[in-house]
Amino acid sequence: MLRRTLLATAAAGLGLMATAAASAAAGMDHVKACFVYVGPIGDGGWTFQHHQGALAVKEAYGDKVEVQWQESVPEGADAERVLTQMALGGCNIIFTTSFGYMDATNAVAAKFPNVMFEHATGYKREHPNVSTYNARFYEGRAVVGTIAGRMTKTNKIGYIASFPIPEVIMGINSYYLHAKKVNPDVQLSVVWAFTWFDPAKEADAAKALIDQGVDVITAHTDSTAPLAELAKTPGLVGFGQASDMEAYKPLPRVSSIIDNWAPYYVKRVGELLDGTYAQTDAWEGIAGGEVKIGEITDAVPPEVKAEAEALRDAIAAGTYHPFTGPINKQDGTPWLAEGQVAPDGDLLGMNFFVEGITGAIPN
Amino acid sequence: MDFGAINPVVLVASLMVAAVPIMLAAIGELVVEKAGVLNLGVEGMMIMGAICGFIVAVRTGSPLAGFAGGALGGAVLSAIFAFLTQFLLANQVATGLALTLFGLGLSALMGQGYNGIKPPVTGPVPFGPLADIPVLGRILFSHDWMVYGSVLVVAAVWWVLTRTRTGLIIRAVGESHDAAHALGYKVNRIRLGCILFGGAMAGLGGAYISLVRVPQWVDGITAGAGWIALAIVVFASWKPWRVLVGAYLFGGITVLQLNLQAAGSTIPVEYLSMSPYLVTILVLVLMSSGRGRAGLNAPAALGQNFHAAR
Repeated sequence: MLRRTLLATAAAGLGLMATAAASAAAGMDHVKACFVYVGPIGDGGWTFQHHQGALAVKEAYGDKVEVQWQESVPEGADAERVLTQMALGGCNIIFTTSFGYMDATNAVAAKFPNVMFEHATGYKREHPNVSTYNARFYEGRAVVGTIAGRMTKTNKIGYIASFPIPEVIMGINSYYLHAKKVNPDVQLSVVWAFTWFDPAKEADAAKALIDQGVDVITAHTDSTAPLAELAKTPGLVGFGQASDMEAYKPLPRVSSIIDNWAPYYVKRVGELLDGTYAQTDAWEGIAGGEVKIGEITDAVPPEVKAEAEALRDAIAAGTYHPFTGPINKQDGTPWLAEGQVAPDGDLLGMNFFVEGITGAIPN
Repeated sequence: MDFGAINPVVLVASLMVAAVPIMLAAIGELVVEKAGVLNLGVEGMMIMGAICGFIVAVRTGSPLAGFAGGALGGAVLSAIFAFLTQFLLANQVATGLALTLFGLGLSALMGQGYNGIKPPVTGPVPFGPLADIPVLGRILFSHDWMVYGSVLVVAAVWWVLTRTRTGLIIRAVGESHDAAHALGYKVNRIRLGCILFGGAMAGLGGAYISLVRVPQWVDGITAGAGWIALAIVVFASWKPWRVLVGAYLFGGITVLQLNLQAAGSTIPVEYLSMSPYLVTILVLVLMSSGRGRAGLNAPAALGQNFHAAR
């Protein structure tokens, strides 16, 4: 039975290669789903949420799936080795959960046309067996930006950025635009940490921002360290990033942007099982349930809470897009005209700050 | 350099905190090197202190017990080094490097299951109205007790090394172990004591990182602080008070580069990020040039193993 399945899969794979279309038409009885994580599962943020998604897959399909994962895989040559190992080890579908795995994912995918690769937050799909998936985190940034603009007393808000990639720049712009919308005096300080996960550095970055008089900080890094630093001084405000980070409620964590990968993972593995799997480029947001806004605590005044929730609901309903013109680029040149909505292509390649943000994007 | 909107008072206050781990580790290593032993395993001992301190603090709920546990963890790891170099006469450089790698691996293993947990809070020492004095209050009276403790340790080491008979014996062992042995001092036992002290101090510094500065546990949390501590000992030309200056200087640069970024400096981020390490290299080059002053101050028997039969 198993041999026959294998043969069927192999035949399907050959067919795939011939037609260069990534649809495992035959379906499968058993799927081994593998996950590559950039940090430890215990980071309480990004990787933790991906792992929750992996566990949801196991729960949804029980004995029909086997789930395997590897933590703290460095982006670069090591990632390629890990991916090769997983592909050789019988994984049918491999989720690579960090932007930096992009080239490694595509390189290994070329060698294993029968293994499906799913790369998070990337844009390269060089082979028919590579899909990409992402979440519209900028929608969440718009909501927390609104809260930040209302909550700051010093009119200085901070952003701990990881790497200068479109994903992060998009988040900074969205956060700033919506803080500015409710508080025209707001100033944004950006600190580049050049890491996804280094709690000591993230804490130092938060401290530097606080020393500069910043009283509301959002982080684009994966650990809870910035919240831990904020918690040392009463009255400062921060947000859970990637995960709810409810340990820091009600202050400094007043709300959070939660990545909810479970529906996507369950859907994709399910498609592989029933044979409807095809290459995609998924980008869901608040409406699709991939981005959730964590509970807004009582530390936030009720009217601000209502305002933030209204914004969240408008985005979910599709009546409001966080990047709606008129928006100028940092140098004053127009980007979006009045009422124009940013096309996805512009967002995915975003390499500029919007007007009003000081400081340059590092190369 | 454009200091822009940076408040010097806040900068000094935060550099004092940032300097604590490297200062503790460096003052411990100074005593070890004064006794003629070169222990390159500071990074490994620090991270063992960080995880041991974290585990104890989380289990007992007491930061004080945590720091004690951190010191103990560092000392236990240094005991391995002492056993290998003082009794089996292993090469000190190789053993020290191995100790670092071992410490990093072992701490990651011990830390399984301790990710994402909050340790008990180490609050500032209550100085009451003193903390409200402008400028001075913020700089001098707003810290947790480890900041003051680290300065006291430096003072104590200075006093012991230069003003007491014990200090004289330690220095004698480090300058000429054969002469010290001829006088009847137990060279290996004295060195063992110094190595354990160095381990305990490095562990204390590590525990400060995981309990106060970050405060949480992750693999590789010390992120090279041990190597900076080693550089500071040379920078300080083996003088305790200069360790304090060195640690504040290095801590200050680290804090300054992030503050410059937050203040919107126009200097590219990459230069700021590498500045602490550039300064480390620069200082070491300056120290080792100039008629070999650094070399003259180094303990004469540094890095040499001793055996009574030789």
